[in-house]
Amino acid sequence: MIKHAMTKLGLTLAVALTAASPVLASSEGNAPPAIGTRADNIASVQRGAKLFFNYCVGCHSLQFMRYSRIADDLGLSEDEVVQNFAAFTNAKIGDTVVSAMPEADAAAWFGKAPPDLSLEARSKGPDWIADYLKSFYVDHSRPLGWNNKRFPGASMPNVLWEMQGIQHAEMGHAKEGGEAHIEGLKLVTPGTQSEAQFHETVKDITSFLQYVGEPAALKRQSMGAWVVLYLAFFTFLAWLLKKEYWKDVH
Amino acid sequence: MLSTRINTAVAGLQDWFNYRAKAFGPMYRKHMSEYWAPKNFNIWYYFGSLALVVLVNQILTGIFLTMHFKPSAAEFAPGISQAFASVELTIMRDVEWGWLVRYMHSTGASAFFIVVYLHMFRGLLYGSAQKPRELVWLLGMLIYLVLMAEAFMGYVLPWGQMSFWGAKVIISLFGAIPMIGDSLVEWIMGDYLPADATLNRFFALHVIALPLVLLLLVVLHLAALHEVGSNNPDGVDIKKHKDASGKPLDGIGFHPYYTVKDLFGVGFFLTICAFVLFFEPTVSGWFLEHDNFVAANKLVTPEHIKPVWYYTPYYAMLRVVPDKLLGVLTMFGAIAVLFFVPWLDRSPVKSYRYRGWLSKVLLGLFALSFLWLGKIGAGPGTDPVETIIGRVLTFIYFAFFITMPLWSKADATKPVPERVTMHD
Repeated sequence: MIKHAMTKLGLTLAVALTAASPVLASSEGNAPPAIGTRADNIASVQRGAKLFFNYCVGCHSLQFMRYSRIADDLGLSEDEVVQNFAAFTNAKIGDTVVSAMPEADAAAWFGKAPPDLSLEARSKGPDWIADYLKSFYVDHSRPLGWNNKRFPGASMPNVLWEMQGIQHAEMGHAKEGGEAHIEGLKLVTPGTQSEAQFHETVKDITSFLQYVGEPAALKRQSMGAWVVLYLAFFTFLAWLLKKEYWKDVH
Repeated sequence: MLSTRINTAVAGLQDWFNYRAKAFGPMYRKHMSEYWAPKNFNIWYYFGSLALVVLVNQILTGIFLTMHFKPSAAEFAPGISQAFASVELTIMRDVEWGWLVRYMHSTGASAFFIVVYLHMFRGLLYGSAQKPRELVWLLGMLIYLVLMAEAFMGYVLPWGQMSFWGAKVIISLFGAIPMIGDSLVEWIMGDYLPADATLNRFFALHVIALPLVLLLLVVLHLAALHEVGSNNPDGVDIKKHKDASGKPLDGIGFHPYYTVKDLFGVGFFLTICAFVLFFEPTVSGWFLEHDNFVAANKLVTPEHIKPVWYYTPYYAMLRVVPDKLLGVLTMFGAIAVLFFVPWLDRSPVKSYRYRGWLSKVLLGLFALSFLWLGKIGAGPGTDPVETIIGRVLTFIYFAFFITMPLWSKADATKPVPERVTMHD
């Protein structure tokens, strides 16, 4: 209870500390909306893991993530993980998650090999990932018929389209000499999920990738509260000691 | 009974040492128990000992990191180097507590610059560079210079995108030197681009060569300080008033008074560091840049190449000057000019407390220009208005030092007291 409260307090302060963070926002132009994932929401991360291994691992590896670590952290048995997540590979429990798709084929099919996603949440941020996953629209000028509002010219097709449905871009009027820009995305063919349900789906995948980005974060934050508390107490003792010694300095 | 025995044992041990190493006792007294430090040190005087603490932290955590780090650009998996994998897989995930050691090292790097910048500003604030402490200042500036090289090379080691492109940009600055520039760049990198050879030599320099130089300089910095004694917020010479035994009246033994006081400072500082480390180790890209979580790729240039925050003021100067060679000269000049502070400062008083409003305003303006330049250097650098502001700030930065002999001499002063005025 205390542990949780302390962690929360720490996180709140951390958010306040870095509220003025121009680095990500400035490099993107328009910041993606906050998705509000938390890597310590284990249920969400578990659902995200299932989605990842159903929809993403066909193309994307997690070179820095071992199956055994996923089993440990998400409270799954090693058998479950190997059977469900490493089904079409020869991977053993101690291996890292490597996509079954051969690198050369990938490059030939998509123009470039799909990136490893181990650190995607750390380089792009969870909000970017979530917005990216929601921003696919049909664009017949692209090789695979899909484009992305968040990442124009992306090579990836919308692998989640069955759930999300199909979006079209609504183009704004081109300014004099400028190019037409996308005003918004409109769902033209509904998917198997409602917008709210799909939002949760995206959130779960993002949670999983956030966890994968830094598995140590789970431990880091819960430990941090105690370390800070200990150091604060140590500082207090040091202050008493200093006062005691300095009594005779006039 | 027991205490008598302990006392006898301690005395015996002391005798044993004194007989074999006669110089140790006097050395201990000179540098610790009878190093008479002014009793009026304020908060600005914590940063020296804190810098030492961070240095020790960097060395200790660095040793453990070298046990697992692989300084190799060879392929681990398609598009991922051994070096990058050894940081992001081995150290951050596989090694027990590896993530903690790595964050202690990365947070320590930024913390080092924070305390060093404050330590340097303290020197400007209280005229600590003035006679007779010129040598202390010069050695300190050398430490700063080596520290920047050390941090730069350390940032290259994980072989992420910003490691690679940062290395490329910074090393290519030497290419601006006429005649020998291009071959010099090639010589530094050992290749035509930052590559395996670069990574290997930077590793050697980062883990052994520069740390040795740093440690030597720190010893000399302290030795030089202990020859002349510490300055203080009043800038008065405490050696002018001594008691019969030769101890300055306003001086107290560094040990135990400042060791316990600094212990408190260290506790406070570590609490803040621990908070950063455990809750926001990247500080939203300020301590660990987002782009450095992407493995180095020589075919993909990041959208914005920018150094870590502690170099950004100089990087801003480099960018706002239109000519490359002039930009490089401006950037290195900005650091070089700091070496001359002891001779540029012509004020008859040391501390800003007894200087006029002119000195205070100009010092404030200088600090502002440094911070603002830091902000500009961290941005994309595409805004033309910002470029103009950056030029004005660069001008202020240099004008502050170049005109210092004039304004520091011309400024009004208040009478400096004979003895220190306050302490806590």
